[in-house]
Amino acid sequence: MSILVIAEHDNKELNPATLKTLTAAQAMGDDIHVLVAGEGCAAVADQVAKAAGVAKVLCADHAAYGHQLAENISALVVSLAKDYSHVVAPATTTGKNFMPRVAVLLDVAQVSDIISVESADTFRRPIYAGNAIATVKSDESIKVITVRATAFDAVAAEGGSASVDALDAVFESDKVRYVAEQVAASERPDLSSARVVISGGRGMQNGENFALLEKVADKLGAAIGASRAAVDAGFVPNDMQVGQTGKIVAPELYIAVGISGAIQHLAGMKDSKVIVAINKDEEAPIFQVADYGLVADLFDALPELENALS
Amino acid sequence: MKILVAVKRVIDYNVKVRVKADQSDVDLSNVKMALNPFCEIAVEEAVRLKEKGTAEEVVVVSIGPKACQEQIRTALALGADRGIHIETDTMPDSLAVAKLLHKVVDEEQPQLVILGKQAIDSDNNQTGQMLSALTDMPQGTFASEVQVDGDKVNVTREVDGGLQTIELTLPAIVTTDLRLNEPRYASLPNIMKAKRKPLDVKTPESLGVELGSKVSVLKVEAPAERSAGVKVADIAELVDKLKNEAKVL
Repeated sequence: MSILVIAEHDNKELNPATLKTLTAAQAMGDDIHVLVAGEGCAAVADQVAKAAGVAKVLCADHAAYGHQLAENISALVVSLAKDYSHVVAPATTTGKNFMPRVAVLLDVAQVSDIISVESADTFRRPIYAGNAIATVKSDESIKVITVRATAFDAVAAEGGSASVDALDAVFESDKVRYVAEQVAASERPDLSSARVVISGGRGMQNGENFALLEKVADKLGAAIGASRAAVDAGFVPNDMQVGQTGKIVAPELYIAVGISGAIQHLAGMKDSKVIVAINKDEEAPIFQVADYGLVADLFDALPELENALS
Repeated sequence: MKILVAVKRVIDYNVKVRVKADQSDVDLSNVKMALNPFCEIAVEEAVRLKEKGTAEEVVVVSIGPKACQEQIRTALALGADRGIHIETDTMPDSLAVAKLLHKVVDEEQPQLVILGKQAIDSDNNQTGQMLSALTDMPQGTFASEVQVDGDKVNVTREVDGGLQTIELTLPAIVTTDLRLNEPRYASLPNIMKAKRKPLDVKTPESLGVELGSKVSVLKVEAPAERSAGVKVADIAELVDKLKNEAKVL
């Protein structure tokens, strides 16, 4: 049996989470097909066709799929699913939105947010905000799975030469309509896939002080994150939140500034390769997970760091 | 309109969970339990819609052992009007929960169903979407703003890149994200009043739903601990370590 992976993209570019999801899919089986559903998404389909290990790309290009509305995407996936042993998507907000619909319409239980593939039917996944790891086995005929992309390496983006088949099936619900999108425009790398992330917490004191982080981020090519405390205090918007209730990140370097290290924050960043903590409270729990800790006032340390990196 | 809110009894979010020595599950004996935080936000949103005059009745439903009637009473104290408890010995999986809720939706015919986006124990984030597909009611998940307007509801959703707004035709399903609202505290008079509000008890058998899951838990382990590293004296030493030891700069 084959494996169907649903690609995440914005109609122009493939989201790197898909390449990581492909690594997870390869551990489940070897005949991998990728569905690219979108509007004007031919370039994405071509990109996917070049990814290592992809046997076939299915491209559904129609206005109904342009905004990834869950009703439409799930109906399309269900129409294809019977030919597959596994249906797999990244556990992004898009994947989380449509995959449970796919599962229930196939009358199977879904396995969410896996962090490893033990065998074709056995997976590990975090529960209780990452405070426990469950190993689960699915005996469903079709396994519907979402993948925590940060837990897997990406497959090579180049080197493959899969065929691209066009699909003309259109599923369009008349009960839901796309209205608007506010996408935070930024020159910075995406928080979920950045190589370096620098985050600020309540210690930043206000939103204006995040400019200090930005200057360091500019030197490092880093994305900027925040703790839930900083978001709740209104310093920065929620899409910058790293943690159990925000984004899960695992960059090569994570710098936590003025963040105490609540469990909820650690759940979002403790799989980073190298963690640096800068905090004036030497008892802060963040130091228990940091590879390098600096006890210092962040208002002195950040300008110094910026200079040192110049 | 009538609003149905589904709530779950979970471990209190302040409690540090521990894995049982035999790795069968996490240890929930003598642990403080509470209303799942996202469900609390769902109740609050429904009660606010009632206070605005948009909704006439808020019905709250919970599935699980008898003890989850405590969480139904909590929701009633926050302002819901009546409760439905579907009593089960163990906690069913999301697929079974969605099927049970589907039956309740058929019986109650709500115009709006509000659920939390996920429970903080199983972290599945599935039930609302499954219920939407089963009932063929459109879904607005991870909501940070909900505006009912005639036979439509506009839902602003927290998505990875920012916010997305969609318009759903009622009846519809909404799942809550953290910023939707800040739940109130129940006052003592309301807690007393909640004890007298009606609460129906049903069973999966009476609803004609068979429980049981094809996904089994083989093992539950504590995550790999990360150990504390070293303290550096100043920025110069930090940058040096990052360049020459960790080699990430």
